[in-house]
Amino acid sequence: MADTSSDAGDLLARYSVGPFFDELLSKADCDPALADIVGRLARMDLDDLRLRAGDAEQELFNLGITFLILSDREAIDRILPFDVIPRVIPADDWRRLESGVEQRVQALNLFLHDLYHDQKVVHDGVVPAELVLGHPQFVDAMMGLDVPHRTYVHVLGVDLVRDAEGTFRVLEDNCRCPSGVSYVVENRHMMRRAFPDLMSGLRVRNVDDYGRRLHNALCDVAPAGVDEPQVVLLSPGTYNSAYFEHVFLAREMGVPLVEGRDLFVENDRVFMRTIGGLSPVHAIYRRIGDDFLDPQAFRPDSLLGVPGLMRAYAKGNVALANAVGTGVSDDKAVYAYLPRIIRYYLDQEPLIPNVPTHICREKEGLQITLDRLADLVVKPVGEAGGYGITIGPHATREELDACRAQLLEDPSNYISQPMIPLSVCPTLTDDGIEPRHVDLRPFAITGESTWVLPGGLTRVALRKGTLIVNSSQGGGSKDTWVLRG
Amino acid sequence: MARLLARYADASFWMARYMERAENMARVIDVNATVARYDTGASTWAPIVDLYANQEAFAAKYAEADQASVVRFSVLDLDSPQSIRAMVRAARENARTLRPLISTEMWLHLNTFHEWLGNLRPNRIADPHLASLCAAVKQRCQAHTGIAEGTFFRDEGWSFYQLGMMIERADQTTRLVDIKYHTLLPSPENVGSAQDISQWNALLRSAAGYHAFRRIHPRGLQPADVAGFLLLNPKFPRSLARCVDDANGLLTSLKSNYGLIGGNSALERLDELQAVLLEATIKDVITHGLHEFIDWVQRRLNRLTEEIAADFFGR
Repeated sequence: MADTSSDAGDLLARYSVGPFFDELLSKADCDPALADIVGRLARMDLDDLRLRAGDAEQELFNLGITFLILSDREAIDRILPFDVIPRVIPADDWRRLESGVEQRVQALNLFLHDLYHDQKVVHDGVVPAELVLGHPQFVDAMMGLDVPHRTYVHVLGVDLVRDAEGTFRVLEDNCRCPSGVSYVVENRHMMRRAFPDLMSGLRVRNVDDYGRRLHNALCDVAPAGVDEPQVVLLSPGTYNSAYFEHVFLAREMGVPLVEGRDLFVENDRVFMRTIGGLSPVHAIYRRIGDDFLDPQAFRPDSLLGVPGLMRAYAKGNVALANAVGTGVSDDKAVYAYLPRIIRYYLDQEPLIPNVPTHICREKEGLQITLDRLADLVVKPVGEAGGYGITIGPHATREELDACRAQLLEDPSNYISQPMIPLSVCPTLTDDGIEPRHVDLRPFAITGESTWVLPGGLTRVALRKGTLIVNSSQGGGSKDTWVLRG
Repeated sequence: MARLLARYADASFWMARYMERAENMARVIDVNATVARYDTGASTWAPIVDLYANQEAFAAKYAEADQASVVRFSVLDLDSPQSIRAMVRAARENARTLRPLISTEMWLHLNTFHEWLGNLRPNRIADPHLASLCAAVKQRCQAHTGIAEGTFFRDEGWSFYQLGMMIERADQTTRLVDIKYHTLLPSPENVGSAQDISQWNALLRSAAGYHAFRRIHPRGLQPADVAGFLLLNPKFPRSLARCVDDANGLLTSLKSNYGLIGGNSALERLDELQAVLLEATIKDVITHGLHEFIDWVQRRLNRLTEEIAADFFGR
């Protein structure tokens, strides 16, 4: 029997949502499935919850579900802090998100194919030429090159936030090497071990299928005529901060995790070095950036890549996922044009709206940004990881002045957005269960067709009041439950 | 299934070797602490540093080779590449490379072992606790071996893992015997003294060979018999002869099971060693010089490692 929020147990008695949308509570009144989960949570004991949370984090550390921080002497393993209270997405919400993500993948692939072929989108004036063609991530070598199924973005990570009305909005696309999916799956394993009582009998959708789907997609795009394509995962190596994720994905796909030095190009074909000599490779899921892929084609000082790889790729002898040159499509400035790009190629309205964005390279956008600086969030277009952001409402006068000066000096480097009061989710803190801000990164895999992993990575800003969920700035993660309809 | 990546074979081989080395370092320290209790000279501990050709690194940090400094250097000091902590760390780094291949349990155990060593307080390696610390290290190393046996997928990686273990074990057993070689010089001065017997007894126990030795030599404990047992006995799992025999079998079946062309010179090397060990008696060995014999074996084993690396690891 489902609890109603009025007679829920003690644990959430003092919980106060504030002016935000709450992922568990806001719709619990009208959604019995959510109410059931809230009820189970409310009946739990705080000390027991803390005990299990401590054990869970210790276990994540022991299992090596960690990222690496390099100090001068040692590589230190750190876990991504794990919050034991799940974020729940009801079935109908998920259906809309799933279609929206699929739509985005489709538009991004059409956009990239066009940019590297006829550039109609530029000629038709939808996207300014200087924004994309002169972009540092635009790769000339990709011009006219045909990739299988015209898929460029084989793995897409879309960063979504939810505003005070509960509307999901896209904050950012990640079209290069989006990371975090290993935490999605490992968080679920952890929850099954640590909270069987919270999960028992619930119809939560599985996340275990990711590796198989990714392997299938890579086989889809491997050169035609190969019966059993040899797929490998190309990693920068054991000291990369995301190495665990590379291990996880190689294991899930059952393919070798290789480094650049394990690969070798001969006659424009790629081979790996095995104990019995060279063995052919047909598809590479690469987790290193374009610049480092091939010292002959890109950065000559790169030791991570494989000399001659681009030649083999251009001849169609090996597939690379994601394709080379996708960075031009996930720029924060290009992001602002995505709604227009979706309309242009698909003749559809975006199913998941963007956060309203002012493009400071445009005169009007710059003016609005300068006029309302104290209300807006200003972001440099080239940075990742939450760096360089000025949050107007939280900034001091000095910070605002510095931001204004930067804007005037180099307006094209910035966009601005209204401050989105990110949704919250009950989270275990030192002060008991409290609301903390969350975002969501769903992952989509595309070979011949697109599949979206149910849910995605929920990142949570563990520090009270902060909106920045990045792991580099005190963020953690939660298990994300998509309920079956 | 594709053939094993050369780099994985390399890492499997060395992960096993480093763990075997860590285990043997615990055995060597354990036996030396026992031996030192009977000796009075301060020189008892210096040979441990010599044994691993680590004199320079040691001299750079420590003035005198006494128990405190040598044990600290050999157990916890990351500046010594041969310390237990450094070797477990090296094994863990190889395991990190192998994570796509090895079981989660194997990684978890090495990870917590490494963490445990890093958190050890210096007083744990001081005398009243040293023996139990050595026992704890040995046990953790053996747990590693057991988890590997129970979970390592039986492909080429497993063969290289075992091959590394056997070659290292062969090498380490010769080092263990080398600690006491000076009492088995061709013209020994006090071989057979009560003190000497008890030291050989300790040596045998540190290699977990005392009970097995007793089955073959029910009466008496002659230093030459102990050395002969540790070097030449075909059934004792830590003896040089047994390990060389096992390594030979592993490499032979690795080549034939996986149709590998490489490894011929390594096999020849193993055949050569095996032939010598089959023919040798401990009496001959001592007559011609135990230390020289051990030195020769160690050089052969180094050569063997180079040949395996050249043929299989793409080095």
